[in-house]
Amino acid sequence: MLKRSHGIAALILLFSLPLFAGGAKEQKSEVSPKGSPAVSAAPVVIQFWTWRPEDVAVYNKLIGIFQQQNPGIQVVQTAHKNTEYNTILSAALSGKSGPDVFQSRAYGGLETFAQSGYMEPLENWVPELKDFSESARRGATSIKDGKIYGVPFASQTLFVYYNKKMYQKLGLSVPATWDKFLANLEAMKKAGIQPLANGAKDGWTLEVMMGALSPNFYGANDFFNKVIKGETNFLDPKFVQAIDKLRDLIPYMPSMYMGVSYTDMQAAFINEQAGHFIGGSFEAGYFSSQNSDLQYDFFPGPAAKEGDPNYVSTYADGNFSMNAASSRKAEAAKLLRFFASKTTGEAFIKELKQVSQVPGIDPTANPFIAKVLSVQKYSTPYIFLVGFRYQQPTGSSLAQAALQGMFAGKLTAAEVCKQIQEGIATYYKPFQK
Amino acid sequence: MLLRRELQKRLWITFFVLPGLVIVAVFILLPLFLSLFNSLFSWNQLIRGEWVGFGNFRRIFFTSPYRERFFNALQNNAKWFLVTMVVQNTLGLVFGYLLSRRIPGYGFFRRTFFIPVLFSIVAVGFLWGLYLKPNGWVNAFLKLVGLESYSRAWLGEESMATFSIIAVNIWRWVGFPSLVFLAAIDAIPLDCLEAAYLDGAREIHVFSRIVLPLIVPALTVITVLTLIGSLNVFEQIYTMTGLDGSPNYSTDTIGTLFYRTAFGSVDSGNPEIGIGSAIGVVIYLLTFLASAGFIAISRGREVEL
Repeated sequence: MLKRSHGIAALILLFSLPLFAGGAKEQKSEVSPKGSPAVSAAPVVIQFWTWRPEDVAVYNKLIGIFQQQNPGIQVVQTAHKNTEYNTILSAALSGKSGPDVFQSRAYGGLETFAQSGYMEPLENWVPELKDFSESARRGATSIKDGKIYGVPFASQTLFVYYNKKMYQKLGLSVPATWDKFLANLEAMKKAGIQPLANGAKDGWTLEVMMGALSPNFYGANDFFNKVIKGETNFLDPKFVQAIDKLRDLIPYMPSMYMGVSYTDMQAAFINEQAGHFIGGSFEAGYFSSQNSDLQYDFFPGPAAKEGDPNYVSTYADGNFSMNAASSRKAEAAKLLRFFASKTTGEAFIKELKQVSQVPGIDPTANPFIAKVLSVQKYSTPYIFLVGFRYQQPTGSSLAQAALQGMFAGKLTAAEVCKQIQEGIATYYKPFQK
Repeated sequence: MLLRRELQKRLWITFFVLPGLVIVAVFILLPLFLSLFNSLFSWNQLIRGEWVGFGNFRRIFFTSPYRERFFNALQNNAKWFLVTMVVQNTLGLVFGYLLSRRIPGYGFFRRTFFIPVLFSIVAVGFLWGLYLKPNGWVNAFLKLVGLESYSRAWLGEESMATFSIIAVNIWRWVGFPSLVFLAAIDAIPLDCLEAAYLDGAREIHVFSRIVLPLIVPALTVITVLTLIGSLNVFEQIYTMTGLDGSPNYSTDTIGTLFYRTAFGSVDSGNPEIGIGSAIGVVIYLLTFLASAGFIAISRGREVEL
């Protein structure tokens, strides 16, 4: 008898081991409710997830303000690593145990969760959404049912950074046209300065380069609206020419640029070893934090000819969404309305140095963001992310690989466009007509 | 009484085998059957849709662009196998043989060769990724010895990238076959070799006529492990050129293709679980059939004393 009970005990012990073996990787933080030391009823607890471990402190500050305004609600923030976030979130949501409110990706990334029925449509819960700009709402809208599944939080804009000191030293002025841009690059090269920091090892940086420069050649919104409807496609000579123009930059890229990665590019610009960096508004915070002496500014992609507007590609960075299976939807909606308020919008500008999507906030506190908003006067959707990242092979993955082929000298611009067109046409109905 | 003792014995055996069996069943067999199950359905994002039979497999083998991506990746896996087999395992055999002859510094070399095997793949990939940058140590070394014209963007050029990653992996792993071959050669009875030497056999003949046939079991093990490793290669590529098989799919393998397709990525798009699972099943079948086939062939070549 004794033996048997020992055996059973050992068995229980063995099987319970794996239960304790899992470690917790995420950062969890709670903000204790302030100013209400003796709340009689226990507060309703809302779980809130982000992919930004870097921003935990800022979110805690916001949560503190929210909890003061809503004494009966306590928000528990959990930040997961960016690259693991989608996997963890989809596992949690499909297991019906996900957070009540969470950061969600825009466009195609939103679609995964919206179409799977894991997100709550928000038009009725968050009336503030109708005041957001159309381009902001586009990143939070499912292409399948047209419903809005998120409160947009930030937008990104693609353009060309330049080193102000080098421009002054060489007497260069901000180029409005492509030819002037090339002349500036040439002047830097002659002066022995590396003109461009950009390399081609990481394909996505080439897509960014295309997003920053090509719209001025393919006809920005006009082309975008037509290609989305299938009225034209990527074999359009204007688009081919826009891709071909990028090859003009090859002589000004670093030596062995095919091996130059994103971090090499950042290091070269931050350490003032290169005069230009074609990138996105998301870089500025990092540039400044790494080298406080770096004097940089930016200009929108140069126009094809004098007098044309300078278009920039923009896209929504992400949203705050609600779990469709949450049992605390009323409280979750209060948090989402708070995220749609000016308090959150201003925190994004001041603390996170991000271009908030909340309408009507004053950007003057941050001159950089004020300038980003001013160049958005002529903006066009970042073409492959906004329009063609919903199914595999995405426009982005096709463009990234094919552009690497072109920069390596293996593909022509026409072949790049053919690969993109044929890849997307395998599933995109308007191209199959 | 005897029957009871027998029963008790069996119960104890079950008790000790069960935990391992449960782990294998839950973490190996169940996912295998689940991915087979998942591969037979169409998927709408994360929700399983209708039954499509072998439709996902047909798409991998016959429909563009999956067909191009799959066969391109498989070709790279073949490169991995061939280069690793020829370079790494030949080096391993040479090192193993030299060590078995107790060359000067035997103890030092035996340990040194094996040290990189103990390093984490991710750390090795990350560090060699730095060394192979255009301004990294490898090009700096070439410049130092006057071979600057051979400088390359090792991980950025389509023709070089896969071979660069394979070379790093050989650096990391060559100690393993060396040690296995050393152990196999050391296990050959000394009198057998002494007899050959006494008969005046030359070193090359001792190696090719006596040592080589007697270490066929070790060769089989290493070949099968190389085969499995080459079909499953993932971490080295993930850490050095990324999930997209950059540049322009030249480092893509069925492992990175599987991961990208099944789980999606921020840049490459949404998950295609059905097709991803089908690729997973194909990887399993390829590994199983190739290993079983090779073992069956090499069994016949084994020599026993």
